[in-house]
Amino acid sequence: MIKVQNLAKVFGTKRAVDDVSFSVSRGEVLGFLGPNGAGKSTTMRMITGFLPPSGGTVAVGGFDIVEQPIAARRLIGYLPENAPAYTDMTVLGFLNFAAEIRGLRGDARKTAVSRAVELCFLEAVLHQSVETLSKGYRHRTCFAQSIIHDPDVLVLDEPTDGLDPNQKHEVRQLIRRMGEKKAIIFSTHILEEVDAVCSRAIIIDRGKIVANGTPQELRQKSEWAGAVTLRVRGAASSAVTSKLYQVPLVKKVTVVDEKDGHVTVRAFPKNGANGALAQAVGEAAHEWQIEQLQAEEGRLDEVFRSITMPDTVKETAK
Amino acid sequence: MNPWRNIWTITKRELGAYFTSPIAYVFIVIFLLLCGFFTFFVGGFFERQEASLVRPFFDWHPWFYLFLVPAVGMRLWAEERRVGTIELLLTMPITAWQAIVGKFLASWLFLGLALVLTFPVVITVNYLGHPDNGVILTAYVGSWLMAGAYLAISCITSALTRSQVVSFIISLVVCLFLILAGFPPVINVLEQFAAPRLVDLVTSFSVMTHFEGFQKGVLDSRDVLFFLSVIGFSLFTTSVILRTHRAG
Repeated sequence: MIKVQNLAKVFGTKRAVDDVSFSVSRGEVLGFLGPNGAGKSTTMRMITGFLPPSGGTVAVGGFDIVEQPIAARRLIGYLPENAPAYTDMTVLGFLNFAAEIRGLRGDARKTAVSRAVELCFLEAVLHQSVETLSKGYRHRTCFAQSIIHDPDVLVLDEPTDGLDPNQKHEVRQLIRRMGEKKAIIFSTHILEEVDAVCSRAIIIDRGKIVANGTPQELRQKSEWAGAVTLRVRGAASSAVTSKLYQVPLVKKVTVVDEKDGHVTVRAFPKNGANGALAQAVGEAAHEWQIEQLQAEEGRLDEVFRSITMPDTVKETAK
Repeated sequence: MNPWRNIWTITKRELGAYFTSPIAYVFIVIFLLLCGFFTFFVGGFFERQEASLVRPFFDWHPWFYLFLVPAVGMRLWAEERRVGTIELLLTMPITAWQAIVGKFLASWLFLGLALVLTFPVVITVNYLGHPDNGVILTAYVGSWLMAGAYLAISCITSALTRSQVVSFIISLVVCLFLILAGFPPVINVLEQFAAPRLVDLVTSFSVMTHFEGFQKGVLDSRDVLFFLSVIGFSLFTTSVILRTHRAG
């Protein structure tokens, strides 16, 4: 549904987006990750046709966003950053306007508005002016606007920003449900969201795509992927460490914690250990009383940091 | 999709925005008070002893509009840019032109409404005497066209900035120029050192010169064309400015 090719945007001398290519098909939820200022919003603004690209193309549902903007925009629902809405209108008035400008009239408009209101839990504030809404409600109002015409493509710029945990959960559920039938791109810097919602994630840094894969694949890039945490009783940390270093699959061992006769160490695998490490570590430690033996999954936040801030992560890892 | 439907949707929203905020009421009340005060006290409507609205009423319009129209137009795009709704508006399945025309029309209709609400002066003058109502009607049309020209200029300045105050001041200065270019004292000064052709050129840019015809009851196509082309040119400039903002 969305096809982005060699997309670039130059502001003055700054390359805000540099040669970005990816595609999203129906039934996919693509998480767009990156530090602030990485070019997430700029990319989304180009996909929705708000900003003209400096180079490259965007096609939505086969329509080029520059050549056939109206046809392409019809397919898109867009939630801009900070969820702007006309503050002088009531929620109902705003949604009616959004429906009408999307070409929905009469009964079709009424059905569309009531469906969006229901999905976004806006009944309570329907006749309230947008100006007086709390941030969460305002956010949902703008979100309702983006889904009012049941679009095939949803572009959501930080859809859970400013919501409380319950609302965040609701919005994630909603995105995941809608993701079954639509192509969705959403940006976030909350990594747990990626796990909860996305079928695929892209990490973008300084305008370039630096990682692209399923959350599972991204996690594999982590140093932590396949690491094993071991806690034993009645042994010195030095003894445990040296014992573990004798296991062929182990690359590195760090001591996490040592107190009251408990030792917690973490063993990191060599390449190609493929999950066999836990067993090997367990066997090596059988002479001690094992209290905990846990294979770690990769951690997204660590992947994120190692990719977007390569230098500082190495410092802290030591 | 019919483009006029989109334009009308925008226009309806904008008109609604005027009337849900105090702007509309404040504007209309002040405009009517000013009209009444200047017509009857400063303009000397009764002292003139003639059944005409030209001097006491319409003469003031270019000056009222100088302050009031930029106040109506300043929020058109500045507010959209400040709040960020411009991102919503321009990613809807409408062209930028439809948005520009829709917004302009809303404000212009609103100014038209304010103008229509001055009808009591027309009733008064008809009650007291036998004015030429054709002249009054033409002058009203001219006044509305002139308001449209001011408004289109306010559209440009509003698109230029996020700040409504900046927009207001710039459009006020530009509109002031359009008045002064045809203001008799200024022309007199100009005539002393500039070639007559140059003076003609300058005065032909003034709204005063072109409004004059309407006040006499003459619907000159050149005058109508002048106002319409100011509107057209200004809206075009607005679209260029909006596009350049986004091109970065």
